[in-house]
Amino acid sequence: MLSIKDLHVRVGEAEIIKGLTLDLPAGEVHAIMGPNGAGKSTLAYALAGRPGYEVTAGSATYDGADLLAMTPDQRAARGVFLSFQYPLELPGVPGLTFLRTALNAQRKARGEDEIAAPAFLKLARDKAAALKIDFDMLRRPLNVGFSGGEKKRMEIFQMSLFAPRLLVLDETDSGLDIDALRVVADGVNAARAPNVSMLVITHYQRLLDYIRPDRVHVLAAGRIAASGGPELAHELEREGYDKYARVAA
Amino acid sequence: MSLASALKTGDVAELPSRRDEDWRWTDLRGLIRSLPPASPPGDAAALAPGLFNDLTDETVVFLNGRRLSGAGPIVVAAGAPRTVALRFISQAHGTAHHCALRLQLEAGASLALLESYEGAGEGYVADVELDIRLGEGARLHRVALIDEAADAVAVLTAEVELAAHANFAQTALTSGARRQRFETRVKHGAAASARLDGAYLLDGERRGDLTSEVVHDHLGAATHQLTKGCVRGQGRAVFQGRIIVNRGADGTDARMGHHALILSERAEVDAKPELEIYADDVSCSHGNTVGALDEEALFYMAQRGLPDAEARALLTEAFVGEVVDRIEHEGARDVARAWVADRLRARS
Repeated sequence: MLSIKDLHVRVGEAEIIKGLTLDLPAGEVHAIMGPNGAGKSTLAYALAGRPGYEVTAGSATYDGADLLAMTPDQRAARGVFLSFQYPLELPGVPGLTFLRTALNAQRKARGEDEIAAPAFLKLARDKAAALKIDFDMLRRPLNVGFSGGEKKRMEIFQMSLFAPRLLVLDETDSGLDIDALRVVADGVNAARAPNVSMLVITHYQRLLDYIRPDRVHVLAAGRIAASGGPELAHELEREGYDKYARVAA
Repeated sequence: MSLASALKTGDVAELPSRRDEDWRWTDLRGLIRSLPPASPPGDAAALAPGLFNDLTDETVVFLNGRRLSGAGPIVVAAGAPRTVALRFISQAHGTAHHCALRLQLEAGASLALLESYEGAGEGYVADVELDIRLGEGARLHRVALIDEAADAVAVLTAEVELAAHANFAQTALTSGARRQRFETRVKHGAAASARLDGAYLLDGERRGDLTSEVVHDHLGAATHQLTKGCVRGQGRAVFQGRIIVNRGADGTDARMGHHALILSERAEVDAKPELEIYADDVSCSHGNTVGALDEEALFYMAQRGLPDAEARALLTEAFVGEVVDRIEHEGARDVARAWVADRLRARS
């Protein structure tokens, strides 16, 4: 599904990702854990194609295609979804307008027919109900004035609407209380499927109690410093990132 | 000095020039070396349907400066609210035309005036003068959509006089022209209110100029003004808003805001908000900002699948939407919203 080889990413003058290699097979959930500054968010942004995140070497192949050659919207149309650590507010753009425009842009890029307004509203209503989102919130400008938890819930709502195939969750647990965390995790777990892969980026092990990963990778100083099963997350929780930080340095 | 007097006399020295402070950013004298010949009548059979056709009781069409039906001032008596469309159509090629119209709202009358300025030719010079009088307690809601040819020169001037307790609200949306100016001059009556909104959407080499002057001579009148716009390519916008609060006009409430998006390196916005206050007990404020689209928001939208041009159009539409949302006439508001959406996508 996703194969990253010897990836190097520069932001401004600084190289943040320094030779990262990772294989994410279809249907698997991999956690990326690491200390602050290890390059977790940089990896997420590079996979989504954020301007200013310059790939200087290496490759990322997604479904057999060169992911890095695509524009951000092309990646989205092919099923890449990045759940933002800090979702943006779009003043004056009603959530429903934005989501329908985005969904139709994705469908158009895939050569599918546009979804008509009534069918879209029904889809949005169903998905919102499943995530316990007040439908009136979707009529308001997207994320404007929403709490941190509401914004994260909106991210998961969008995820369920777009039905992506490669999910990158960037610190989705930050700023969530335990109830919101459970709602968000339920939404993510509902999206698990044999053809869906997930990269769950987190600083803390807590999220992984709710979203059980198949593999855990430790990202330190721009590289994968260790990989293992779910038990690795518990080890990190106990012992911290110090030993990886030292090895990397 | 005005374009109208230059066209009447044939004397280019009558054109306003950059030496006139109010015209320094829309210099017609420097642009027009000789006045073009008068426009021919135009072909009334070739007219496209009007933008506001479905909303109005009456439509008055000016084609190349000639009124196609009726004559004399439009007079609205008190009674049920009326809706009138005014279409100013330029079918001309390299010629010039002028027209004037007087509008009288009697005391207690209510009118929605839906204007469209339609460029169906090229290289023309068009001038329109409106003389608008509102009687006591009369209400006028005015919406103007300005869509001139890219290489045209078009000037519209409206003199608006408000009697006591009159209510005047206008929204002008323009896509500019080689030179395009929309000028409104308002004289307040006691406890009258005016909303003077505008938006410009300029690209290519188009220029748009929204200029207004509001004079408060009486007690307790209010002026609320919101102008927003975006410029792309080598587009250039001018906003000039002057509010004069004369001695004795106590209790005046005046608010002016102008906010622009500059979306390319070579686009330009010139803004001159002016508040001249000679009265003591007034509440006046103004705000003026110029910015660009939020790059982080653009990336966020791209990540959800929106191509860059669509994301920019959506954010710009939302920005300008604040002006459109203030149009009280629901049908006109919908037409205006669609008009903005079209302009932002048609010429990227």
